Amino acid sequence: MSFENIHWGDIGAALGQTLAMVGGALLLTVLVGLPLGILLFLTGRQQPFQAPVAYGGLSFVLNIIRSVPFIILLIVLMPVTILVTGTSLGIRGVIFPLVVGTSPFFARLVETALREVDRGIVEASLAMGASTTQTIFRAVLPEALPSLLAAVTVTAIVLVDYTAMSGAIGGGGLGDLAIRYGYHRFQTEIMLVCVAILIVFVQLIQASGNRLVAHFSRK
Amino acid sequence: MIRLEGISKSFAGKDGPVPALDGIDLSVARGEIFGIIGSSGAGKSTLVRLINLLERPTGGEVFVAGERVTDAKGERLRELRRSIGMVFQHFNLLSARTVAGNVAYPLELTGRYGKAEIAARVAALLARVGLSEHAHKYPRQLSGGQKQRVGIARALACEPQVLLCDEATSALDPQTTGAVLDLLRQINRDLGVTIVLITHEMDVIRRTCDRVAVLDRGRVVEEGPVTEVFLHPRHAATLRLVREAEPDGGWLDAAAAADLGGRTVRLTFTGPAAHKPILGRIARENAVDYGILAGRVGHIREAPYAQFIVSLAGRDVAGAIAGLRASGVDVELQGGDIPASPARIEERPRHVV
Repeated sequence: MSFENIHWGDIGAALGQTLAMVGGALLLTVLVGLPLGILLFLTGRQQPFQAPVAYGGLSFVLNIIRSVPFIILLIVLMPVTILVTGTSLGIRGVIFPLVVGTSPFFARLVETALREVDRGIVEASLAMGASTTQTIFRAVLPEALPSLLAAVTVTAIVLVDYTAMSGAIGGGGLGDLAIRYGYHRFQTEIMLVCVAILIVFVQLIQASGNRLVAHFSRK
Repeated sequence: MIRLEGISKSFAGKDGPVPALDGIDLSVARGEIFGIIGSSGAGKSTLVRLINLLERPTGGEVFVAGERVTDAKGERLRELRRSIGMVFQHFNLLSARTVAGNVAYPLELTGRYGKAEIAARVAALLARVGLSEHAHKYPRQLSGGQKQRVGIARALACEPQVLLCDEATSALDPQTTGAVLDLLRQINRDLGVTIVLITHEMDVIRRTCDRVAVLDRGRVVEEGPVTEVFLHPRHAATLRLVREAEPDGGWLDAAAAADLGGRTVRLTFTGPAAHKPILGRIARENAVDYGILAGRVGHIREAPYAQFIVSLAGRDVAGAIAGLRASGVDVELQGGDIPASPARIEERPRHVV
């Protein structure tokens, strides 16, 4: 094993790709998953817009996506990905399946976070003359903020995991590098470096997530 | 101010609807403090939530300020709710907002006030409830009593005509309970806000309310001025609640009373009679001896009362009873026949609702 053969430039580029994929996909996942989570919360049992059929339908679809292993989802989604982004390769080609893969997961976390907000707070807000929209955006979401930040943290880490898998179908990033060099070309040292960087990356995400959660916790 | 007519409410259960309230007729006058008391499960929380339509009645009508609001929706419903403040047992404050932020919340919702106006109003409200120094703290930094003061300030923010208090003191210790009840009475006096107060504690009713309704298994079983209901409870549920407040205060069961010699009466001194030395004088005048078997003394709001169960024996028991009645003492005979007497003794009219 020799670390002299490592092209640090390649690793730097791969890290950049991973960051771009995780960052971009995380942003879009939040944009897609948050409304879905709010919808699940509102249509759920004993909630303002209790709608068992809508809830059941949405729940069913999200569960289907969540039951498909991500690597399969990547392949199955390819035609749709090409339709949406024009390519199934590279960062552009991978962000779409990443968002499809993690949004249902994030939506569930959002639903749970919102449900944990004391029902009394919803009741008090309505009693003060708030509309449902005001109650969600001014009372429930701010109350759930620490849990939502924790959900974003967990989702970011899942995304790091998924980006590594997407390397297998040409997505780029550190995972891709690790598989191509470390596994296919038996350059174990590159795999080790990639894995080490991923470990540090995940630790950093978790630590900053924890700090944010602590900062916004008022309970 | 508030009128409930023929209200019924049932909730969906596994085996069909479960009735929670049945045939409730109540009316609360403008400016009074109206208590609704009942043990847990009696339906009082549901009842109070019908007034601001957090719960919709299954049957019957709700009127607030003379207007039928039973099926108010949208902006009309929100406007109604702004005119009715609500205080909760567990405070229900927004933990992510400061004290000032919590009080500002209902004002922000209206979208009608600028920042400066909201700040001025919040400052005035916090001063009213005595929390000015705590404006920038978060709810978790406050004691229970302070949290409830924030809850009250918040409920008053939109200058409501009605304040609903749902077990507002049940999570507080006795001393804090007293302070919060004093604050509610002060608000009622200063602002003329009509208060509807839900509680399971007769003590809270005694100290705070003008009138009270007793709720038992979804029905109003007794209703009237607090003095009347507290001193002369008729229904078994009311009696139970009064006894809970005074475990050993002036209750004598019928069997024990029957064993005593002489005439057993319950004397209730209220108003001017509560302060006068009447009993001894009247006993002497009629050559009657008396023994106090049980008693309770205290205040209903500011008004003093005393109630004794007394056995009377001697020459002219009937005369003594007539004399007591003439002096403004309420005399109720406890079981047995009415003793022969030249003075005509009237039984108290039974007041059953």
